[in-house]
Amino acid sequence: MKRFYLLLAAVVVAGGVWLWWASREKGAAAPAAGASPVPAAASDGFTGYTLGSDSAPIEIVEYADYQCGHCGEFAVLQFPVIKQQLIATGRVRWRLRDFPLGFPWSRLSALAAQCAGEQGKFWPMADTLFLTQSEWGRQARDPSGAFRSLAVGVGVDRDKYDACMAGTRYAGRIEASHEEGVTRGVNGTPTFFVNGSPWPDTHNISSDRFRQVVDSVIAAKKKR
Amino acid sequence: MRHRQAIALLALIGCFVASYLWLYKIGAIGELKCGTGGCETVQTSRWAVLFGIPVAFYGVVGYALIFAVALLGLQPRFAARPGATRVLAALATGGLLFTLYLTYVELFVIHAICRWCVASAAIITTIWAVALRGTFRRGPAA
Repeated sequence: MKRFYLLLAAVVVAGGVWLWWASREKGAAAPAAGASPVPAAASDGFTGYTLGSDSAPIEIVEYADYQCGHCGEFAVLQFPVIKQQLIATGRVRWRLRDFPLGFPWSRLSALAAQCAGEQGKFWPMADTLFLTQSEWGRQARDPSGAFRSLAVGVGVDRDKYDACMAGTRYAGRIEASHEEGVTRGVNGTPTFFVNGSPWPDTHNISSDRFRQVVDSVIAAKKKR
Repeated sequence: MRHRQAIALLALIGCFVASYLWLYKIGAIGELKCGTGGCETVQTSRWAVLFGIPVAFYGVVGYALIFAVALLGLQPRFAARPGATRVLAALATGGLLFTLYLTYVELFVIHAICRWCVASAAIITTIWAVALRGTFRRGPAA
């Protein structure tokens, strides 16, 4: 019996050291864009790129990470339908906010989208990043070259894009967006807010469910 | 007695594995040593939180409970009684069912596998098998 308790003690010590060691590596995680450290949040008053009419009765805010598999799935499978049925028809205005998680290229991909956005190509770049996520998202090597190709593919000027990326021009904006998400209780992606209220059905983010929610919000507005 | 010792040891290891995932989820650990990136995909998905609490924390509590019952069952007062092993079997069954659900979500919903979750699944399955064997085994200290 004494040997058993000694074994337990050894496991406790080994486990404790392991967790302590893992927590010490905290600072090395979540790399910022390129090799630069994560900058301080500086929002520059930017509140996210929007898609849809300014007069749309409903605004949906999405917090997303371009390397998050679920975000990619949503962007590729559900968002085109939402775009067609709800955004193009003037019922919804969509606002995309960055919420980089701890993936290796979360911040770099967000920066690539922002740098394309600087040249008016945010949405095509965002769509392309999500669409090609399975190609660059699994790579261990820096996908900066792949991002540049994608950016050029959607029509950005290469030199301006390179200058933006090299200067990590919008890194502070991305951090500010992340902080805003944390303040609002976002702890995963994609997370949605409909006219400021959290998405009511966390396990269902299908385009059908979005249509139902939008219909009910509009109906409730008409009743008032 | 051997059954309870084995379960206590496994539960302790499981508790550390679950703690590792939980500490990552609450931001105390910045990067999971996973190899494929599947761990982060799983841990940052919406299924990693249940009723506002990280799923990994349920694991920490579950393993801690199993560990405590197993240790209690080793005390001379309870050693000869089969009750502790039955409680362990019930707890392990609950843990196994929860693990099956989580594994289903990983495979068919998130489409990513977290190696640490697989390790936890292996641990709880072993605990369940050992507890079940202890329950149906003849003898006073089953």
